[in-house]
Amino acid sequence: MNRLLVENVSRHFGGVQALEDVSFIVEPGTIHGLIGPNGAGKTTLINILSGLLSPSSGRMNYRNHDLHRLAAHQVAAIGIARTFQNIRLFPHMSCLENVQAGQHVTSRRSLLPRLFHLPSARREDRDLCERAMAMLARVGLDDKVSYQSRNLSYGERRRLEIARALSLNPSLLLLDEPVAGMRQGEAMVVADLLRSLCREGMTILLIEHNMSFVMSLCSRITVLDFGRVLTTGTPAEVRACREVIEAYLGTTGEPHA
Amino acid sequence: MEHLLQFYAIYGSVINFIGINALLALSLNVTLSAGMLSLGNAAFAAVGGYTAGILSLRFGFPYVASLAGGTCAAGLVGLVIGLPVLRLKGVFLAMATLAFGEVVRLAAVNLDVTGGAEGLTGIPNVTTTWMIYLVLAAAAYFIAMLRRSRLGWGLVSMREDETAASSLGIPVTYYKAVAFVIGAMLAGLAGGMYAHLNYLITPRDYGFFIAVDLLIYNIVGGTNIWYGPILGAALLTALPEVLRGAGVTAGPIRMGINGLILLLVILFLPNGLASLFARRRSSAVKAGA
Amino acid sequence: MDLLLQQLINGLFIGSVYGLFAVGYTLVFGVLDMLNLAHAAIFTLGGLIALWLVETAGVSLWLAFPMACVAAGLLGLLLNQVAFAPLRKRSDSQFSGLISSIAMAIIFEAAALGLFGARSVRFPVGTVPTHTWQIAGITITLLQVGIVCVAASLMVILTLFIGRTRTGKAIRAVGENERAATLLGINVNGIIAFTFFVSSALGGAAGILFGLYFNNLTPDMGRSIELKGLAVIILGGMGSIPGAILGGLAFGLSEVLTVAITGTSNLRDAVAFAVLFAILLIRPSGLLGRGKTREA
Repeated sequence: MNRLLVENVSRHFGGVQALEDVSFIVEPGTIHGLIGPNGAGKTTLINILSGLLSPSSGRMNYRNHDLHRLAAHQVAAIGIARTFQNIRLFPHMSCLENVQAGQHVTSRRSLLPRLFHLPSARREDRDLCERAMAMLARVGLDDKVSYQSRNLSYGERRRLEIARALSLNPSLLLLDEPVAGMRQGEAMVVADLLRSLCREGMTILLIEHNMSFVMSLCSRITVLDFGRVLTTGTPAEVRACREVIEAYLGTTGEPHA
Repeated sequence: MEHLLQFYAIYGSVINFIGINALLALSLNVTLSAGMLSLGNAAFAAVGGYTAGILSLRFGFPYVASLAGGTCAAGLVGLVIGLPVLRLKGVFLAMATLAFGEVVRLAAVNLDVTGGAEGLTGIPNVTTTWMIYLVLAAAAYFIAMLRRSRLGWGLVSMREDETAASSLGIPVTYYKAVAFVIGAMLAGLAGGMYAHLNYLITPRDYGFFIAVDLLIYNIVGGTNIWYGPILGAALLTALPEVLRGAGVTAGPIRMGINGLILLLVILFLPNGLASLFARRRSSAVKAGA
Repeated sequence: MDLLLQQLINGLFIGSVYGLFAVGYTLVFGVLDMLNLAHAAIFTLGGLIALWLVETAGVSLWLAFPMACVAAGLLGLLLNQVAFAPLRKRSDSQFSGLISSIAMAIIFEAAALGLFGARSVRFPVGTVPTHTWQIAGITITLLQVGIVCVAASLMVILTLFIGRTRTGKAIRAVGENERAATLLGINVNGIIAFTFFVSSALGGAAGILFGLYFNNLTPDMGRSIELKGLAVIILGGMGSIPGAILGGLAFGLSEVLTVAITGTSNLRDAVAFAVLFAILLIRPSGLLGRGKTREA
């Protein structure tokens, strides 16, 4: 099963119920949106899927792996990569090094051939470097290869984090607000990138507040509100859903308490 | 040649100490490069030193076998201590390792097998200068290559951001334990060589302030590159002799200069003296690009 | 039995000095989340300055004590200005602050060595009236009573000051959340400098009492209390003032009890550090602490 299956996932922090009985399915090779008002539990869900948090109850399955039993590094090893809402790059590394650090699960980099300077080690290093350069080119950062990541603009940092996630060769990519803080033109470039990744067979689950971005990009959308799933459907279905309209009007018109 | 021999006759022991201190500083660098502040390496050197000394002295082991025994003992203790301690962060890890170090030192003072406060005397004096520098070169090369390996990439990523590192597939806890054990083994090896350099080891050789000195060597030299700790150890170990040569004999002034160097480096050169070289290189790269 | 009781009383005296030392130590950690490893050097200088005032300048102890405390406090201000303030905005300030405080500790110790020499020195005879009481077979000296009274009153004053006054509340606010404190209009830099002054003055006071108690001062006497101070503040919980006081007493008592039970002083420190190690593993926030020791 290549679908990502989320079944009855709940999570509470002390007495606060962050997620309650969340269930939905992400079909392989699609871009799936996760939307909802602030505090709806979207980031908590991504943290649970990527193994940084464990669910209080419920199960998640991807490619016959029970995600709720795996630690973060094991989740990464089965081909699930993620980015962070607050961007967690390695600040004292260059762009190239950030991407190379992301090649952990896709490289061998064995110590022994390096100790003996074997050609195989040099070949692998060259190969990994080329792949990292190609990844940087793909997100449009090929002119910033040796810049320290903390000297990049906000949008560039988001794109670098996507490049670092892509160097895991993931089959499922979890993006937490990939275009937040980007100008319209830059967001369009990211949208094109995500579409082409999807055409290559990658599955993408993304959180985003930019509605036109979500509606134009995603084939299916799950709406969370107060930790519960309001609905899952196509953009048209979601737009027509009465509860969604209420939840969103509620946030713009009269705020939830 | 004659001058060289004369120089060695006078400064041989300083040259040996530089090598041992550099080796110890490198052992600490393994954990520091992963962002773990451990002050236990002097204690691991004690474990290695006493084990190797006892193996030579009481059981008649040949030198290399004693060193291997000391190295393994230190690694084993590192593993046992590391597993529970590595959950702690920052200064709490520093203090747990420091407390461990004190327990080891006090054990050495109180046990019979270690010779108590007077220490272990009569250890065969077989470590020579070339052996120290051969091992140092090998260790530096090992660490330089380690940094290019998968483990090395993982360790540096962990120092930058543990959460992000784990979501890139880096097994943070496992790598921490591995780094801790490698550091402990290197320290144990240095301790074993030191024990066979001097006829004598005492608990004082491995106290808290030795652990702090190792940290200072790394900070002054720079933790980001393999030659940083060696540079720091060489500079600060040789400094008293250099000052003596320059006519500064007052102990307080020498000590003050030590502190001042450390202060200036941490305030103005956070990546250590090695960054002076590295910076020149990277600016050359930028100019070329 | 009397011997044991006598030992317990002795433990109380030395424990109150440890507590006083640790209170200053933990105060800076509570506010800055940084470990000030130069605290022990200021402890030493406090004791030596008081000795100089009494012996060379001929000031009476009653005057020399507060003067030396103020001098130690001023050293604390210098320490903050040189070693902590420039690093505060750095992302690795916890680590670099630890290192720069080690650097200042070395410089302070070098200064002590240069100014007062390497040999051990003592207060002149008659600095404190020698008077002893015999109560139920236990000997108590006036000096011991004085030490407990001074240490206890300083700790009570500090606790009241932190708990009741505006400045004390500001110190707590900065410790809780520096940014929020700024928004509330608190002069954060001023509060931090003031905290260093108070912390160091208390450290200096502990140094004077320690010097009087053992009547033996050396430029490296801070080294022996440095590790014990760390053990005490971890035992009590990093940043907790009552924890530091109780931790100091517990540490003093555990020292004398270990000696009383084992019959030798060899294991005195080993037991203390083994306990410290165990506490870090079982309950790293200490007995009364709230500090964050492991991130989620």
